[in-house]
Amino acid sequence: MTSKLLKNFNLLIGLFIVGGLLLIMIISFFYTPHDVTAMNIAQKLLAPNGTNWFGTDEFGRDIFSRIMKGTQTAFLVGVITVFIGVVFGVLIGGIAGYFGGWTDEILSRFLDALMAFPGIILALMLVAIFGPGIVNTSIALGVIAIPGIARIVRSGFVQQREAEYVLAAKLIGANAPRIMFRHIFPNISSQIIVAATITFATAMLAEAALSYLGLGVQPPDPSWGRMLKDSQSYLTSAPWYVYAPGIAITIMVLGLYMLSNAVRDLLDPRSKQ
Amino acid sequence: MIKYARLLLMALVVVLLAACSEDSGSSSSNETNNSSSGDAAQEIIVRVNDDPDFLDPHKATASISFQMILNIFEGLMAPNTDGSLREALGEKYEVSDDGLEYTFTIRQGVKFHDGSDLTVDDVKYTFDRLMGTNGGEKMKNNFDNVLSTEVVDENTFKFTLKEPNSNFLYALTALTSGIVPAANDGKHNENPIGTGPFAYEKYSPGTNLVLKKNDDYWRDGLPYLNKVTFNFQSDDQAAIMALLANEVDLTSVPWARIDEVTDEFNTTQQQNNSSLVVTFNEEKEPFNNVKVRQAIAMAINKDDIISSVFNGYAEKLGSNMSPAMGKYHDDSLVDVWQFDVEKAKSLLEEAGYPDGFSTKITVSSHNGIYGNIAQIVVENLKAIGIDVEIEVVEWGIWLERVYFGRDYEMTAIDLTGRPSAYEVLNDYVSTNDGENFFRFNNADFDKVMSEVLLETDQEKQVDYFKQAQSILTEEAAAVYIADYQVIWGSDKAVSGLKSYPFWYHDMSEVKMSN
Amino acid sequence: MLYLLRRFVLLIVTVIFVSFITFGVFQILPGDPVLTMLGTEADPAQIENLRSELGLDLPLYVQYFDWITGLFTGDLGNSIRFSMPVMDLMLDRLPVTLSLAAITLFIVCAVSLPLGMFAARRQNKLSDLTLSTATQIGMAIPSFWLGMMLIIYVAMNVDFFRISGYIPWSTSVTGAFSTLLLPAITIAIPQIAINFRYVRTAILEQIRLDYVRTIRSKGIVERIVMYKHVLKNALIPILTVFGLISAEVMAGTIIVEQVFSIPGVGQLLVTAINNRDFPLVQGIVMYITIAVVSINFIIDILYSIIDPRIRIR
Repeated sequence: MTSKLLKNFNLLIGLFIVGGLLLIMIISFFYTPHDVTAMNIAQKLLAPNGTNWFGTDEFGRDIFSRIMKGTQTAFLVGVITVFIGVVFGVLIGGIAGYFGGWTDEILSRFLDALMAFPGIILALMLVAIFGPGIVNTSIALGVIAIPGIARIVRSGFVQQREAEYVLAAKLIGANAPRIMFRHIFPNISSQIIVAATITFATAMLAEAALSYLGLGVQPPDPSWGRMLKDSQSYLTSAPWYVYAPGIAITIMVLGLYMLSNAVRDLLDPRSKQ
Repeated sequence: MIKYARLLLMALVVVLLAACSEDSGSSSSNETNNSSSGDAAQEIIVRVNDDPDFLDPHKATASISFQMILNIFEGLMAPNTDGSLREALGEKYEVSDDGLEYTFTIRQGVKFHDGSDLTVDDVKYTFDRLMGTNGGEKMKNNFDNVLSTEVVDENTFKFTLKEPNSNFLYALTALTSGIVPAANDGKHNENPIGTGPFAYEKYSPGTNLVLKKNDDYWRDGLPYLNKVTFNFQSDDQAAIMALLANEVDLTSVPWARIDEVTDEFNTTQQQNNSSLVVTFNEEKEPFNNVKVRQAIAMAINKDDIISSVFNGYAEKLGSNMSPAMGKYHDDSLVDVWQFDVEKAKSLLEEAGYPDGFSTKITVSSHNGIYGNIAQIVVENLKAIGIDVEIEVVEWGIWLERVYFGRDYEMTAIDLTGRPSAYEVLNDYVSTNDGENFFRFNNADFDKVMSEVLLETDQEKQVDYFKQAQSILTEEAAAVYIADYQVIWGSDKAVSGLKSYPFWYHDMSEVKMSN
Repeated sequence: MLYLLRRFVLLIVTVIFVSFITFGVFQILPGDPVLTMLGTEADPAQIENLRSELGLDLPLYVQYFDWITGLFTGDLGNSIRFSMPVMDLMLDRLPVTLSLAAITLFIVCAVSLPLGMFAARRQNKLSDLTLSTATQIGMAIPSFWLGMMLIIYVAMNVDFFRISGYIPWSTSVTGAFSTLLLPAITIAIPQIAINFRYVRTAILEQIRLDYVRTIRSKGIVERIVMYKHVLKNALIPILTVFGLISAEVMAGTIIVEQVFSIPGVGQLLVTAINNRDFPLVQGIVMYITIAVVSINFIIDILYSIIDPRIRIR
């Protein structure tokens, strides 16, 4: 029994965490214990108490409510990033992997160049060009995620394109897009799902890093990354203000990593024991 | 095992390579601390927020540069801690009765850091360079009013002005016209040479600026310190931790963390002598309507801002002048626009906006206080029906768009402190295109400001300045929030620090004790 | 040989491509380096003077051409913000970042390899799972937060560690460690986690293979089995990750250098971007790109040495 539990450890905890946060996010649309932007300067930097479960920030805003609302930002950033990364990653990687030859060479060089760029720097520059804010930050992060996903997709397509079922499909007269997406794609979907969950997690960490460097989500939107940066001055006077967003990010990312491991173990027979 | 060892070996090789290619340059360590016996080493490490833009005192414009390089260079006049001036390299001066001729006797026996003597030719060279009269580019506009300069004899230098200007002496400090040696032409930035208490030793970009004692300094007995190191650190939190860890001897302390420092360190409070404002582009609707501006002035809760952002360490303002300016400051103005939401709402209605309006406040991200103030402003203005969106941009973009481009609606910034009362107020002169980024245009104000220049009697000058401040307040040219205090935390061994009405780390009289 | 030659050519192409992108990006980037530098006190005369001094009023293709040709002579132009040659600024900082990266890589290898092998042998037992979870937590913590925590709880309390700045090796070896150790640990922890998983998986795959059973049945000591045989074969996937990690470590230094105020190349890069100092940014980005691409190239060479099968492609 314990070994079965341990085997599915990743899956259980992962689902619990991510599902729990998803639930909190949905709730936050309708209800938070306090208004997220309402200020009450006289009540600033209070320790966690009966009314403010996580205490208050430097404007007297309730930290717990802001953490709850922060799930919306977190999921929004994650979803947009993954969407862009996967859509373009699959397109580029698929085309490169399936057609090979010069198309592959050119696209691969482009991917190499994109990957050689330190991600943070690319994000900084993109955000600097298009302006800060949730959507722009996520687009920047999505662009950075493309090469990683494209690589995986490409090698998947390279592996699969010589397979028998593909030859069979070609014989029947199926055209390239059909073969690529009706036939090959489902076979590598598990790898894509794993990559997507990991991208979601790295997007969260990257958003926090960008906020630390001064760009990223703008006030007064509560993003955990931003809260982490704003709280630095109060580390000794109000440590709960620092721990709340830090632990939130860590838990979310942990949950996503565990989930991705579980998916990988489940769907990819090679890594099974 | 072998492969494992090989990997480790590879890593070690890289480390060794890195060590061998080491430059002795980029160190910011303080190798000599107070020794347990004997005299304290006369060395200090001061933290500043950023690199200087130039070491050349004529090219440097950022106030942060002068914080440091005023220790290297001196002008004919020098500032005092109360904002007045005293003679420096100009031993004495005379002004003609018509106010057009300023004749200076150059101090004798002053040496530059390279050992050469200060001569009147160096003074001429300096002003020729600044005014562009020697074929070079004009470097500063402050001397546009100077008709000519003249070397009268080997000890005397004369300026002839086109029009009298009671503010002219203020252009003769090292903030504007530091005296540099003619022999160093072309190298003022790479190898700065001046007459100040400290000489340039080394500059490591992004890391620190190191100065060493000028043994031949003309003020007897000064300086005490042998070495001054300015470490660059833009992060306030890292700076205070460096202070607590004894890696730095002097730094500004974030307002929220003063309690951590008061036990083991000295703290000094210095009025920043700046005006923290929430201001508008007054050429744009609805901010061209004075009632709208006045309504906003009554809706913003200055006490909240002072308490939350500055932890109480700020003095409320009524106009564009700080109490730090002493007699020039009109302290009755702070009560004109009291926090009153109801009155603000009705004033807004009178102005023609009963339902409020939407606008945007654009602030820079280089200092967290502006974003915080913006958030409070948003909440305050919500109460009177004004819907404000916050836009945070980088400093460079704020400069380009808001300050130079004037493409904004509302913004929050603090206007730097100056020693001269005239210069504090002249941002609002309508013809001052370079600095009047609020597009404030008031004929009465312009008149007062031009008349004060012709007035030589100090008491009458004070009256003019007070009138000017009144106008700014009544017209609600901006919402004048506060002059915040800078809290300096210093090691208890440091003494001799001085506070000026502008940013200047004067190290000339600083001493380290045990 | 041909294979390597091809890879080399592609390396050059990638580098040129990146240079193009960097140069182009800065033309679109809003924010003027001259304005940013001179600040609010600048008057139009000073701004124009500085601009023509820096050659910023020349047409774009001239600027790009000058820069590219300068690249081959080692002249990367002058930094706008610091009025010094870009090459000098970078060379001054390179030893710092390289030292940090080297120490980090050392820690990563020294910890993740034995840990990965240990976990592989105890697959799915409690110790494996604990290690898995612990390393995942290490991966999940935002790196700058980890750095901050280390500063507050370790550096402030333990005298040995400095919280900011850098002491060169030439001044003091222990000094250098006192400034680099905590930052290296901060970067290393997430990388250890990643590498740990790969090592574990790679070893697991190898263990399953027949040859291991064969050696074991011959009676060879377990330790020799693991290190001499299994590890050797597992090295290829591990090398791949090493290459990836090197890139990550380069990137990781950027944030960590900010947190610990280490005057390295990463911190210079952030400053340069904030100041729109594009000669400096271009110089650094070129260096990083060349470094990363070269590391991957070297790893490719190592591949072909270790596994002759890969040479035939």
